[in-house]
Amino acid sequence: MLYALLCYHDEDFVGSWSKEQDATVMAKLAVVQEKLAKQGRLGPVARLLPTTAAATLRKDDPPLVIDGPYAETKEQLLGFYIVDCENLDAALEVARDLGAANPGGSYEIRPVGVFRPGAVS
Amino acid sequence: MTDAAWIDAALTSARPQAVGALLRYFRDLDTAEEAFQNACLRALKSWPQNGPPRDPAAWLIMVGRNAAIDEVRRNRKQEPLPEDEAISDLDDAEDEIAERLDGSHYRDDILRLLFICCHKELPATQQIALALRVVSGLSVKQIARAFLVGEAAMEQRITRAKARVAQASVPFETPGAVERSERLTAVAAMIYLIFNEGYSASGETADLRMPLSEEAIRLARLLLRLFPSEPEIMGLTALLLLQHARAAARYDADGALILLEDQDRSLWNKTMIAEGLALIDKAMRHRRSGPYQIQAAIAALHARAASSDETDWTQIDLLYGALEVVQPSPVVTLNRAVAVSKARGAQAALEMIEPLAGRLSNYFYFFGVRGALLMQLDRNEEAHVAFDRAIALAHSSAEAAHIRMQIDRLKRDSAKNSAKDRAGIRGAAKRP
Repeated sequence: MLYALLCYHDEDFVGSWSKEQDATVMAKLAVVQEKLAKQGRLGPVARLLPTTAAATLRKDDPPLVIDGPYAETKEQLLGFYIVDCENLDAALEVARDLGAANPGGSYEIRPVGVFRPGAVS
Repeated sequence: MTDAAWIDAALTSARPQAVGALLRYFRDLDTAEEAFQNACLRALKSWPQNGPPRDPAAWLIMVGRNAAIDEVRRNRKQEPLPEDEAISDLDDAEDEIAERLDGSHYRDDILRLLFICCHKELPATQQIALALRVVSGLSVKQIARAFLVGEAAMEQRITRAKARVAQASVPFETPGAVERSERLTAVAAMIYLIFNEGYSASGETADLRMPLSEEAIRLARLLLRLFPSEPEIMGLTALLLLQHARAAARYDADGALILLEDQDRSLWNKTMIAEGLALIDKAMRHRRSGPYQIQAAIAALHARAASSDETDWTQIDLLYGALEVVQPSPVVTLNRAVAVSKARGAQAALEMIEPLAGRLSNYFYFFGVRGALLMQLDRNEEAHVAFDRAIALAHSSAEAAHIRMQIDRLKRDSAKNSAKDRAGIRGAAKRP
């Protein structure tokens, strides 16, 4: 069974870490990740860029682009995609295509800062 | 991360919101700061024992406010302070105050706090010092170090700035749309000043001042989270990120400045560039251009180019042209001339900067650029004069060292050329 672990934390707080503190946390996480990777159990790992870099596509008709992260609490996270795009417009185009195939709800579009593809199939 | 480091980060991140709310409550900066300080002291005692509160900012506002009120009462009636236990169980009260402090309040509290620091009558250095002290919570010692002045002098500077601000009577009502937008513009300018204090530091002080650039980025992100749909704030944040991404490549081992075109681009911070590019993409969608967005777009073209030769100079020339329209300044024209020299040649660039000579007669960079352009046109003697003037005007040894390097190159070239002249080949090579 594959599990997705979705990371939540206070962005202001994490953003207040010094470079050294950030590096310390990342190094500690790397140890855990390394162990899982050796066992062939680690899939993709991504660290997202801050929510200030996010845009949200509301899958209305016509679809509406909003600045910032997805803010509704009435809906739940049901899945995610990682797509390789030249820029935000290209990412929004992908989101629109997906949205046309499955209207309703929203896509939050967040650039990925760190990405490791992992090795789970 | 240790408990102490964790609490430190939590206090830092809660500070703008907490001090902003306390300022709204007490309407006096010193009282607000003192209340926050008291709350922090109590947090250091209470959090390790009782665990961190769910909402540190709300906790600090609540405790800070109560502590200050107690202080007033104590002075009035000599009443004893409540025991620490009385404030350790704040969960219910915390929920209540968190609910009252809705998003719009947070937003205007933090904006007001930033705004009072950029009071028009305060000189730029005082604005920056005040913001770093009050909003960012840097110690006077840290700020003094970054500004390369003594602690006492900085203390005095901040005290003076605070007195000025206290007289200014900033309105505490929720600002209207126009007022809010004016505040936002002033605050953005101040954040850019903070950034430049760090960014323009020369080699030997760069390490000391680098934190200023990082703090400016933190404040810009904070502002953008409060105003997520403002394209100029996206532009500002993008600009800071794209410039700061080059930090590791800007100085050589001796602390001498390395020009953009000579930088090792593999040292550029790719994550920061990605964030900057994402932000400028977002901003452009609004089609409401402004100086920060244009400058960020220029920085983005540099960031996207794998090497200096692959830079889209024509586009950069056009963007500087747009910047000249919205923010006319001889310095902008000078920067444009550098792009023009790449896109259309040194002669065109030189013609563009000649009219600026009067207004930029004391500007280091003007003579540096002029010298470089003259050098490209083989007008070496004139170039030498320009470089000498640049050295005389340099603010830092890194700047001076950079110009000296150019002069050395000139001397080498002219030595080579005079040898060639003697051999009678120079004219044939240069003027077909």
